[in-house]
Amino acid sequence: MAMTTYVQAINEALREEMERDPLTFVMGEDVVLSAFGATKGLVDRFGPERVRNTPIAEAGFVGAAVGAAMAGTRPICEVEFASFFYCAFDQVCNQAAKLRYMSGGQAKLPITFRCVYGAMGGAAAQHSETVYAQFLSVPGLKIVVPSSPSDVKGLLKSAIRDDNPVIVFEHGALGRQREEIPPGEHLVPLGKAAIKRPGDNITVIAIGAMVPKALRVAEKLAGENISVEVLDPRTLVPLDEEAILRSVEKTNRAIVVDEGHLRGGAASDIAAMIAEKGFDFLDGPVKRVTSLDVPIPFSPPLEKATIADEGRIEAAIREALGA
Amino acid sequence: MDIGKDLLLEMYRAMVRIRLFEGKVRDLATANEIPGFVHVSIGEEASAAGVCAALRKTDRITSTHRGHGHLIAKGGRLAEMMAEIYGKRTGYCKGKGGSMHIVDFNLGILGANGIVGAGLPIATGSALAAVIAKRDDVTVCFFGDGASNEGTFHESLNLAAIWKLPVVYVCENNGFGEFTPMQTVTSVKDIAVRAQAYGIPGYVVDGNDVLEVYRYASEAVARARAGEGPTLLECKTYRWEGHVVGEQAFLGSGAYRTEQEINEWKARCPLVRFQKFAAESGKIDAAELKRIEEETAAELDAAVKFARESPLPAPSEVAEDVYV
Ligand SMILES: Cc1ncc(C[n+]2csc(CCOP(=O)(O)OP(=O)(O)O)c2C)c(N)n1
Repeated sequence: MAMTTYVQAINEALREEMERDPLTFVMGEDVVLSAFGATKGLVDRFGPERVRNTPIAEAGFVGAAVGAAMAGTRPICEVEFASFFYCAFDQVCNQAAKLRYMSGGQAKLPITFRCVYGAMGGAAAQHSETVYAQFLSVPGLKIVVPSSPSDVKGLLKSAIRDDNPVIVFEHGALGRQREEIPPGEHLVPLGKAAIKRPGDNITVIAIGAMVPKALRVAEKLAGENISVEVLDPRTLVPLDEEAILRSVEKTNRAIVVDEGHLRGGAASDIAAMIAEKGFDFLDGPVKRVTSLDVPIPFSPPLEKATIADEGRIEAAIREALGA
Repeated sequence: MDIGKDLLLEMYRAMVRIRLFEGKVRDLATANEIPGFVHVSIGEEASAAGVCAALRKTDRITSTHRGHGHLIAKGGRLAEMMAEIYGKRTGYCKGKGGSMHIVDFNLGILGANGIVGAGLPIATGSALAAVIAKRDDVTVCFFGDGASNEGTFHESLNLAAIWKLPVVYVCENNGFGEFTPMQTVTSVKDIAVRAQAYGIPGYVVDGNDVLEVYRYASEAVARARAGEGPTLLECKTYRWEGHVVGEQAFLGSGAYRTEQEINEWKARCPLVRFQKFAAESGKIDAAELKRIEEETAAELDAAVKFARESPLPAPSEVAEDVYV
């Protein structure tokens, strides 16, 4: 089996789904040339009708995706960096998220939004943010955060087939990560967590780019006979509560690791769910390891101090286990 | 309009400072000596220099991701700029902002910005402040052709028009937004015509001719200061370098424009153009220009030395300045 990068996996998913459904199309800024490579070459196969460069006009083309979806197509809309979503908040949160409900179920909004999120080294606050938490409290949106090439392929394909608005957050630092992807049709359902590494002493629930970091820590601690289970929820909405609670029932301890901020963040949301529904399983408080509550700074030592990393994951595990 | 010799030399110095600074930043970014995304404005020096020469120190500007040139023309100090780009504590923003986010309130520089189109409403509000506080300062908003497709452009022009705000919108049309040719994503050939839709004057300006830029800018600034409202200037120009330093690594060369096109624009270099004017007008001799170039080279060397030798911020500084 060939090794596929995260970015190639996205490209494969887009190709396969565009082959499958002629009403799918891709639009966004510079999707024809594709700086990150995710949409590279699609125009050669599918033509400029279905692979559209947009003006720099996020409110406009994100809203156009909403309208195109309501009128029977299946747009795949790229918003480059995740924080550019702020320019299109109304169209995502007031329109895409709500119109099905507010129309009494008449509207169907099969839109897939894709964006790059997270700190990738000196990109500063307006290009480094982890913004999915901002969408977590807007019912009507599904939120997907793939941590590996095979997950991004399978989840993106499911997102495109889903009849709801789905936002897929692709971490900028994962682009060159490689992995073997199962051949043939590879779908990963939305709402199903994955145990990325089984363990007995503690559950580390890690999101997106924090998954490979948690796995490295788990590997290191295995050498000291500390057995860490790494669980990747893969989608934040829907959230696989059952899988998380099952794991915590086994290990009796939980840490949630996220690159987003602490206040109002995904880690806080998941930790609260565990505390509420899994209280009886717990031998200690649920811990949260997140980035600091500051805008992501530019200077490398400051960025490093801000973003959740292996050192802080390890320290949290040791503290929880008294090891 | 007769432009005095001091002002002519000031504009040339601004262009030389931009040209040398940007070349250095490009080289340092290529050598991985500075982190992050770096956008340089080589070839576009005349619009920054000509516009800022028409401003007072108390006037304000907003800028973009490609902002070094605007800041330099407004008086930005190369040392603190370079230190910021290196992420050092001595930089303009204590290392928190970087290349795309340099700010100097003492010079009326409200900031470069990483969000395309974000400066338009901010400049508009800055002009509103002058009205509310009954001051006669003017705000200039620099932005690209790409930004003129954002809603913020259209909302801002309308707002400034109805309130007759003292703001000058300066669109630097370099023909591209990232790797997309302007004409494939823009409904008009000249951004300046969009002014008509908002009932304000709009002019196409040769953005590589610093004297022409200065003349149009002076008039627009005077109108704004006199309470007659906003103007849109479109400076036609070209960026010689890539959208972002290092783009060849993922795009290859020739991905979205030809060598020939780049060379045609290089032949219209704004600095060479000024040198020719200087020689032909007999107003300035070559030795004076040469001295400016040498002084600037020394200033730049000192700036790089300052940046390199400055300390990085300590991790403990990370939470400072989130709130007042
Ligand atoms: C809101 C927003 N959308 C997209 C981007 C990504 N981006 C950065 S620069 C750029 C092109 C800007 O083009 P233009 O305004 O013409 O300025 P130029 O780069 O040509 O100087 C784009 C799309 C961004 N930074 N912000």
